Formats: sequence, C-alpha cells, structure tokens
Amino acid sequence: MTYSIGNIRDEFPILNRKVHNSELIYFDNAATTQTPLSVVKAMDEVYSCYNSNIHRGVHHLSNISTQKFEESRRDIAKFINADKEHELIFTRGTTESINLVASSFGDAFLKEGDEVIISEMEHHSNIVPWQMLRARKGITLRVIPLLDDGTLDMDIFSSLINERTRFISVTHVSNVTGIVNPVEDIVKEARKYSIPVLIDGAQAVQHIKVDVKKLDCDFYVFSGHKLYGPTGIGLLYGKEELLDKMPPWQGGGEMIKSVSFEKTLYNELPYKFEAGTPNYVGAIGLKAAVDFIENIGVDNISLHETDLLNYGRERLQHEIQGLLFYGTGGDATSVISFLIKDLHPFDVGTLLDKMGVALRTGHHCAQPFMDRYNIPGTIRISFGVYNTHSEIDKFIGLLKRVEKLLK
Amino acid sequence: MTLNEVQEEITEEFSMLDDWMDRYSLLIELGNDLDSFEEEYRTDQNLIEGCQSKVWLHAWLEEDRIRFMADSDAIIVKGIVSLLIRLFDNRTPQEIVDAELWFIDKIGLKEHLSPTRSNGLVAMVKQMKMYALAFQHKK
Repeated sequence: MTYSIGNIRDEFPILNRKVHNSELIYFDNAATTQTPLSVVKAMDEVYSCYNSNIHRGVHHLSNISTQKFEESRRDIAKFINADKEHELIFTRGTTESINLVASSFGDAFLKEGDEVIISEMEHHSNIVPWQMLRARKGITLRVIPLLDDGTLDMDIFSSLINERTRFISVTHVSNVTGIVNPVEDIVKEARKYSIPVLIDGAQAVQHIKVDVKKLDCDFYVFSGHKLYGPTGIGLLYGKEELLDKMPPWQGGGEMIKSVSFEKTLYNELPYKFEAGTPNYVGAIGLKAAVDFIENIGVDNISLHETDLLNYGRERLQHEIQGLLFYGTGGDATSVISFLIKDLHPFDVGTLLDKMGVALRTGHHCAQPFMDRYNIPGTIRISFGVYNTHSEIDKFIGLLKRVEKLLK
Repeated sequence: MTLNEVQEEITEEFSMLDDWMDRYSLLIELGNDLDSFEEEYRTDQNLIEGCQSKVWLHAWLEEDRIRFMADSDAIIVKGIVSLLIRLFDNRTPQEIVDAELWFIDKIGLKEHLSPTRSNGLVAMVKQMKMYALAFQHKK
C-alpha cells in the first residue's frame, strides 16, 4: 500500500486549525497523538447507539456494549500478539498499569532488601511507583546508567543483576530521545535468573511493531492517547501465570465472584484487576485507533517516521548553528531532543508557540535524564503518522526567526 | 508614582506595540537590561523553581521600603521579572500587600502568570507579597 499522507491528514481535522493566527504544526506527538475521525466516530457511536454498562445487564444494549468492549480486548491483544485475551487488563494508562504491578506484584512478592532494576532514562511514572514500593517494603532501587550517546550501559546492567534482584522495569523507547532500548537482550538476561520484566511501551507501540510473545516479557504497558486513541484508557499485558498469582489491586464491583461480609471471592482474569465500571467507551475508541494503525501498517508508519527523523536531524544540524542533539545513539523512533547554545528551551518554546508550533520543552517528566547531562531540559519535537517534510521545513524557518529574536 | 500609575505606564508602553513579536522583543530587551543579580544571593533559599525555568529573588529592607533583586535563567521570564521589579521595588510593605496586579492581563501576557504555566512567576509574585507581609510585621 502506498503511504497517502493526504488521506491520512484528512482523518485529523485538528491539523487544519490555526493557533495564534498561524497554521498549526503539531510536533508534540510523544505527549499525545491526535485522534482520527474513525476513533471519534466509534466513540460517538457508543453514546448515540448502544451506551450501556458492560457485563451486567441482560438487556440488549448492555450485550452490545459488552461484546464491543471484549472485541476491543481481543483486537488489542492481537495487535501486540498476546496469546490470550485475558492477559490484557484495561487501565487508565501506562502510569496506572505500572502502579498496578508495583503495588500488586510488589506488595505480594517483594520484601526488604530485594532489588528492582530501572534505568536512568525512565519517565517519572516508572520511577515513582517503585520509590513508593521502596517506602512501603524497604526494597532497593538499582539504576542502569546511560552512556554519553543516550543509550543504556548494558555492561553495567549485567553487573547490576544479583541474587537479590527480583524485578526489572525499563522503558522500550525513551520519551526524551526516542532511543529504542535492547529490550530483547534485557529479557534474555533476566530469563537466565527468572527475574520478571516489565517493559514500558508508552513510546513504542505507535512507532514500531511490538510482539510480546516474541519479546517474552512478563508485563508490557502502554497508553491509548499516544496511540491515536482516546485519553483515559491504557493497557497492562501480563503473563497469565503471573497475573493469576497476583492479588487484586483495587476492590469493587466487577472484580468479584461473590461478596458476603465474611468472605469475598475474586473474579477471574482479566476482571480481577478491573474493579468498577471500566472506561468501555475509551476501550472501544482504542480498538478503532488500533484498526487505524493496522490499516496503514505499523511497518509503513515506521518507515515514514524514520524518514522524518532523518530529514529533521539533517536539516536541524545543517541549518541551525550551535545546535546540540541529546541522545543520538542506537536505533530511534521519531523524537528529536536538542538545545541551541545560549538559548533557554522555555524561551524557544514560548516563541514557537506564538508561531503555531506545538512542541514540548522542559524535563519531559524525566528529571534524572536531565541531571545526567546537567541541563535544565531540552526542546523536543516528536513526529507522528501525519507529519510531513514541509512541516519540518517550515519549522526550521520559524526556529531561525526565534533565534534572531533571542540573540 | 503610585503602583497603579506604574501599571498604567507599562500598559501604555506595550499598547503601542500591536504585534506580539514586538511585545516579546521588548520583554527580551527588558530582560537583557535587568540589573545584574549579585552572585552571593544566588542561593537555594532564594531560588523559586518552576517546572521549566528558575527565578531567584532576593529582598531586603531599606528604611521603610522593600528592595528587590531578581533573575531568571529564561530571558522571557526575566523580562516579566524586570516588570515586577519595576513595580514592587522601593515600595512600602503596605503598598505591596495591598497591590492588585492587573497589567499582565492588559499587556497580553496573562498566560505567563497563570498557575498552570509553571515558570516560577506566580510563585515569585506570591513570594514578593510574603516578604512584604514579613517585613510589615517586623517593623
């Protein structure tokens, strides 16, 4: 299939809007991707045609919405090649998925002195839940450091593993640099010692093909709103064997088989972890997003975005004096983090906003990364399925104007 | 000049510039012209950390008036800092405590003083008022 950027952009009316009287250039896809009409339509359909609580009513509407909700689970399971649908738990997003594992698995199976390995490039959402577990249980956090090129120091990673290591939680792709970590190697190494591994896929699933079976990780987590889906919905994939052993995290309706004041029996997977009415509208929207991606093809998206990445890096390097990239080692998805000599990222971001450019400046919720390089933050542009060369050209022109204003 | 008169003066200066780019150019100019911050006061205690940029604020009492010295690592923030200094420096604690800030809205820079924009400016204004309160009680 040929990559029809025109058709793809037609799916995103927001891209035609103006910001501060300028045409919008949306380069903040690592924070949130825009939502295609097909997703909006799928969610609109829920509310206008069959809205009803799932798994409860015997009535017609409830049956439809239950069926659609479970279809979403099935299709999203296929999307990441999970074996069994019930290995997928709907959550609010990546953050909640990690918190669920840190709390349920961590509280049940980790004890004082046990060690959890994370990395220096983690988003705060893959640091803080483990620190909270540390406060509760007295575990120790070990951190895989970064090399100067932004990649993980894999030699040190191997040396961090010892007989006290009980869990490894690392990101698949850095939200600051787009660097793709060698997660296959990490899982392989962990397998030797039977250490469970969680991979944070928030920045990966929208860019590269993810196959949890091939990867053989124990947990894989991601969010809907970075995957052209709605916000407030995300996934936790976990191996059945582990999820079965883990105690429920939150209590409520849906997650129980029977309740009496003396004894409550918990429901089976995946419902055991889905207390209360889930965000079924979000889940149905997310299925539409996955369909959207699969219609284009993840591999085609990867090709398009790699092309944008290379073009963007080359143009920036060539056109902007005193520009410094952060994290250019290894494979990367379409994220470029950079600084311009003597210019504060906040100033650059503020002026670019006035010119209609949406990008992110600051620490990107990864302060340890910034500390590592001793910088206040970076300017981050991140591309999606709908971005184009001409947007990059226009962006470079605007960046030059900003430079002139600030220097 | 009263505080309100200074606010009117600033508003007038900015209202002559219709283009946002000219207004930001002026801010950048003001930032560049701000009196240099004495390094001995660049302490953690004087640091107001925003999510994106930092502000340093030092205050002291000279007779019955509060003096301020401030800085920021981002030039646009520094420009706004410079306006706040122009407004509050060399005023009595009472004037600062009573002050109502309206010029930021008027000159189209409201977004920089909204609590969601964590550039340290909201905290800076709060801190200036806190100093005023503290000095008021000290007297």
